[in-house]
Amino acid sequence: MPELLQYLLSGVTVGAVYALVALGFTLIYNASDVVNFAQGEFVMLGGMITFFAWQAGIPLPLAALLAILAAATIGVLLNKLAIEPARGAPVASLIIITIGASIFLRGSAQLVFDKQLHRFPSFSGDDPLRVFGATMLPQGLWVIAGAVAVFLVLWLFFARTLTGKAVLATANNRIAASLVGINPNHMMTLSFAVSAAIGALAGVLVTPITLTSYDLGVAMALKGFAAAMLGGMGVPAGALVGGLLLGLIEALTAGYVSSVYKDAVAFILILVILFARPQGLFGRKAMDRV
Amino acid sequence: MTLLSVDGLGIDFGGLTAVNDVGFSVSPGEIVSVIGPNGAGKTTLFNMISGVYQPQRGKVILDGADVTGLAPNRLAERGLSRTFQNLQIFQRMSVLENAMTGCHLRERGPVLSDLLSLPSSRRRSAVTRARATELLERVGLARASEREASSLSYGALKRLEIARALALEPRILLLDEPAAGCNAVETEEIDHLIAEVAKSGVAILLVEHDMKMVMRISRHIVVLDRGEKIAEGAPAAVSRDPKVIEAYLGTQSVEAGDAVG
Repeated sequence: MPELLQYLLSGVTVGAVYALVALGFTLIYNASDVVNFAQGEFVMLGGMITFFAWQAGIPLPLAALLAILAAATIGVLLNKLAIEPARGAPVASLIIITIGASIFLRGSAQLVFDKQLHRFPSFSGDDPLRVFGATMLPQGLWVIAGAVAVFLVLWLFFARTLTGKAVLATANNRIAASLVGINPNHMMTLSFAVSAAIGALAGVLVTPITLTSYDLGVAMALKGFAAAMLGGMGVPAGALVGGLLLGLIEALTAGYVSSVYKDAVAFILILVILFARPQGLFGRKAMDRV
Repeated sequence: MTLLSVDGLGIDFGGLTAVNDVGFSVSPGEIVSVIGPNGAGKTTLFNMISGVYQPQRGKVILDGADVTGLAPNRLAERGLSRTFQNLQIFQRMSVLENAMTGCHLRERGPVLSDLLSLPSSRRRSAVTRARATELLERVGLARASEREASSLSYGALKRLEIARALALEPRILLLDEPAAGCNAVETEEIDHLIAEVAKSGVAILLVEHDMKMVMRISRHIVVLDRGEKIAEGAPAAVSRDPKVIEAYLGTQSVEAGDAVG
């Protein structure tokens, strides 16, 4: 029994990270139908910038804030310099641009920072918490709280605020959005800034547990993307549940089968689910009028 | 008193002159129609006035201010709204939500208040909903308000677009073939609606192929042919103008000739 609980706890912790990455995907996807494959690089930037700022003597909370702001700025630049000039191009082209941006950011991080693994201290110490015979790092609670908080804010943002609805309207029909007074470029800028900030927050929260390095982004983007697809692209609740589910499947496979197979089992299960529900667990079925 | 004036407007598409040196003006409460054979440049003209295309020549003056080439969202703020010949609808939203998007330009509150669903936000939202419902009633779509927009017929979507454009409380409304795809009864309803809106003081610029409707409701008609203005004036004068008759009969099919008569 403590074994199962242990797997569940670590699964939820890892899953919360995936959920945070998936939530970042949600926002940009909702504004533009674009899947931003540079999302993982924001996670990397969050961790790396925090580490180097902290090493330079800046207090950790301030360093984290700095990293999140820097990532948001890079997100805005990515939109202004790479996505906006290609406006009108098919979504597939824009997605390829984000892959290019991801390679560029990774290369730059390797040059600006270094190729080492880095870690900064946990926020609330490293003494494991005991829960019915299983253990959990306090930092894990920070990660879970972060994912839940971001989910709640995003969900309320899309459900209640006009700005959130304006973001959705822009993805739905850009011309119609501008007709009713929405500036589509502002909506894109906003969604890149906030997505990047969410990614960086994930990096800040998870680095004390998993460490960070310049090439962390690829794996993060893939897992986050899988989680978002599993839950239903564009739905905040889907991103949260998809992320947690993916983390749990991985942890249980690693525990009961073998950690070698954890990725394979997770992806096979995702494939099975997507065969049955191509729109994801929470996604709405798309019906085109013909 | 002029609300909108267009002067020397022109645009080329890769060497082809789509619209050249077109000018006219519209006053509040006035209905001005732009007619012409297919391909005359009517929709291109609309696209330049409403900021969808950047004009290469000429000026658009709205209420005394030069608004040439301003983005559609800026023009919406200044009181210019439009509908499209081939529809620009939020397909994945409900009919009511589509109408509500238009209301929000004038009914916006602080994000934080909306996020927390404060009483002021709920009140604002109820007002928006009521106003959108009222507009849907005016265009005869109140009963379809909860349906997804993509499930509506073409004629109904045209009316939904008009409702959304009216929700912006425009001072000038550009309607690109509002009666296309509507049956005789619906056309007459739209006809009445346009007259009513004009009576409330809104300037209306209309592109329409239903000549009976154009002749009936327009005060002033601008005739385009191959991108140039060939005539303008009162409906009776324009329909007798030899150049207009030639443009329709000389180069176009019998169908267009019928339309002028």
